[in-house]
Amino acid sequence: MANSSSAEPTRRDFLYVATGAVAGVGAVLTAWPFIAQMNPTPSALALGSIEADLSSVQLGQQVVLTWRSHPLFVRRRTPKEIADARAVPVASLIDPIARNANLPDDAPATDENREIKPEWLVVVGVCTHLGCTPTFNEGDYGGWLCHCHGSQYDVAGRVRRGPAPQNLAVPPYTYLTPTRIKIG
Amino acid sequence: MRITLGVTLAAFLALSSAAVADTIRPADPPRTDVSWSFQDTVFGHYDRAQLQRGFQVYKEVCSACHSLNRIQFHNLDEAGGPGFTEDQAKAIAAGYKIPDEPNDTNRGQLFDSSGNRVTRAGTLADHFPAPFANEFAARAANNGALPPDLSLIVKARAGGPNYVFSILTGFAKAPPNFKVLPNKYFNKYFDGGNISMPPPLTDGSVTFSDGSSNKIEDEAKDVVAFLQWASEPKMEQRKEMGLGVIIFLLVLSGLLYLSYRKIWHDKH
Amino acid sequence: MSGPSTYEPKTAFTRWLDTRLPILRLANDTMTTFPTPRNLNFWYGFGAILTFMLAIQIVTGIVLAMHYVPNSTMAFDSVENIMRDVNYGWLLRYMHANGASFFFIAVYIHIFRNLYYGSYKAPREVLWILGVLIYVLMIVTAFMGYVLPWGQMSFWAATVITNLFSSFDQLSQLFNPHFKIGTTIAYWIWGDFGVSNATLNRFFSLHYLLPFVIAGVVGLHIWALHVPGNNNPLGIDVKGPQDTVPFHPYYTVKDSWILSMFVIVYALIVFYWPDLLGNPDNYTPANPLVTPPDIVPDWYLLPFYAMLRSIPQKLIGVLVLFGALITLVFVPWLDTSPVRSARFRPLYKIAFWVFLVDALLLGYLGSQPVDGTFFGTGISDVWLARLATFYYYAFFWALMPLLGWFETPKPLPATIATAVLGNKAAAE
Repeated sequence: MANSSSAEPTRRDFLYVATGAVAGVGAVLTAWPFIAQMNPTPSALALGSIEADLSSVQLGQQVVLTWRSHPLFVRRRTPKEIADARAVPVASLIDPIARNANLPDDAPATDENREIKPEWLVVVGVCTHLGCTPTFNEGDYGGWLCHCHGSQYDVAGRVRRGPAPQNLAVPPYTYLTPTRIKIG
Repeated sequence: MRITLGVTLAAFLALSSAAVADTIRPADPPRTDVSWSFQDTVFGHYDRAQLQRGFQVYKEVCSACHSLNRIQFHNLDEAGGPGFTEDQAKAIAAGYKIPDEPNDTNRGQLFDSSGNRVTRAGTLADHFPAPFANEFAARAANNGALPPDLSLIVKARAGGPNYVFSILTGFAKAPPNFKVLPNKYFNKYFDGGNISMPPPLTDGSVTFSDGSSNKIEDEAKDVVAFLQWASEPKMEQRKEMGLGVIIFLLVLSGLLYLSYRKIWHDKH
Repeated sequence: MSGPSTYEPKTAFTRWLDTRLPILRLANDTMTTFPTPRNLNFWYGFGAILTFMLAIQIVTGIVLAMHYVPNSTMAFDSVENIMRDVNYGWLLRYMHANGASFFFIAVYIHIFRNLYYGSYKAPREVLWILGVLIYVLMIVTAFMGYVLPWGQMSFWAATVITNLFSSFDQLSQLFNPHFKIGTTIAYWIWGDFGVSNATLNRFFSLHYLLPFVIAGVVGLHIWALHVPGNNNPLGIDVKGPQDTVPFHPYYTVKDSWILSMFVIVYALIVFYWPDLLGNPDNYTPANPLVTPPDIVPDWYLLPFYAMLRSIPQKLIGVLVLFGALITLVFVPWLDTSPVRSARFRPLYKIAFWVFLVDALLLGYLGSQPVDGTFFGTGISDVWLARLATFYYYAFFWALMPLLGWFETPKPLPATIATAVLGNKAAAE
């Protein structure tokens, strides 16, 4: 029996390398759909931005919407609430950063930096401590109280008593008309 | 006894030779004298302008009775479809009234003081709304018949697009000896012959802004192409990926065959 | 044919691993050095193809299960959501649905190869029986899988087939007219008075489970194969090392090539004719109030469907159906011939080809309406199905034993090597 037939493991034949490489590329390309199928679908992405009509919210009240699977608070503030919020010195805040996606990351947490029009506050209703939904019009600061661990927010959504470390996030949004906003 | 038998026999023969009308007629096979841009196995594709015309036919004619539940407005601007821009799709969506869901704004009140359903403008995320609230309302409005949802109609019928095209163009005067049942219409291609749908299309049912032909055969072709897309929105991606996969597999197969021959060279 | 292991770990790490979990030794002994007959032809590639298809079905099934909802109000919509919205969902669904068909194409070719070359004969009887078990598990898995999309055909095929159990009432009613064991079993399978959401949910659970049971039995199947080693087209035993080649690289590469050609056909269907093997009625959501004009299972079950419908009496029809599968278990003992391969059995070869035509005929008849005639010849399909069912049983219960006793086989070659290489091999 001819001895050259036994494939010696040290021979690196171009044909075998090429075959192995093509098969390897095929395996990677085949794996891609199985990985991509877990990504959010076009329908989920279509819900990435929503529009809200502001005219139905009464003075001093809020409306809760759903945005990207989270609650979104749209609050119509009274002139007194606006004045009170603006009177708070930023240096006394637990979190001095505005956390407003429409502004640079280091903008200070003045009330002016927390909304576009002073009458309307739009914040993501997720407590920055561990993610519970704070309740409206409770707590000592007139804003929100998170019942899970006692964090309190003021009428500009800024954290005033912990354990929450940050102000409620302001999402990216724009005014389409004076009474209609698009979020996200 | 024999006279009774004879009279009975005569009566039987007389009755059976009298014109007893048929109400069941086997369907003609679907028309094959029509071709589609998407029928080619490898290079079949959708004609964007045709899909847009077909959408117009659906919107202006068919949607009065037939829902298109599985299509969302954002499908209209996706690749492989009618090719509307995102803004055009948003405008189309906004033109529809969608029954509002219970939320904080309407405080769960789904009906207004006149008993009508509260609606809002459609968005890209919405599905096409149905013409009737439920199956029973649909049947009540259509003499007991249920107009089927059209999202899958082309895949759900043997004969596919040719069958649906045949139905739309197959309304005709009933042949002699065929009885058209009450509230039904004669259609050559429908199994049994009695179809519940009145002829939906005529020449000029729809006017296309680009001046394309609106003869009944062309309107039918356009709407069937649109419905084919509604059944198979991923067809173009499927065929394109298929070409790449087959070519890749032919290369890999060739390399494996050469490796096999080389390894087995002196074993045969 | 598996002698003592010749594996020698070469590095410190592989020596360390080998004394703790000899998995590399196992891979070496079963897939690398394993002596395999040198004359295995194209038909012997289908074992590897089957393993590949099982893996495809499991992987596509697991990702589909991330999006599918096994509830009767949402199942159909969830499948359409996969087809339209999930990224590459259309590809995964078409791969899984057509993967089942190609799994069965491969298993039928595999079974017929074994019938032709006598691979079920001693000492491979248990290997064959494990194979029959895998085949039955595949049928149950595929049947339940077809119900999951909850289309018209899903619902009505499930109704027809599970209703068959109620025919067993006739047996229990012989003893006590009030005891209907068949209906009791049917209610137990359904979890309701008919096919319903309860049925769908449990079919999903079992459809997810059984492929892993199949994988376990496949492990036993390959173990049972490796004790005597592969059969081969000549049907004669391996006599020495000149009759074999190491599995790697000879059969790893050959099987890969055969597999790649099979995958080309599979890809052609998935990408260009994905609904060819399916039924348009299954694109209509299930409606318990409306029965489709023709109820048919998927193509791979059609031969058994034809057998069932050819018998007008319900219980006898069910017994003929189950009997056809149970018959397969006895094949190693029904065939009395001392010669394995049909290459040397001229009469058995003819009976085999007629059996193949018979199986295809039964498949065709299963797709036709019960009252049809055969291609306008005037011969009724039902009588043809009865004849074909008769031949199915006659092939196993009459021809296999009788031909073994009365047939004169052709003379067998001395060794595999002499047959393959000619007499110069004798000089090796």
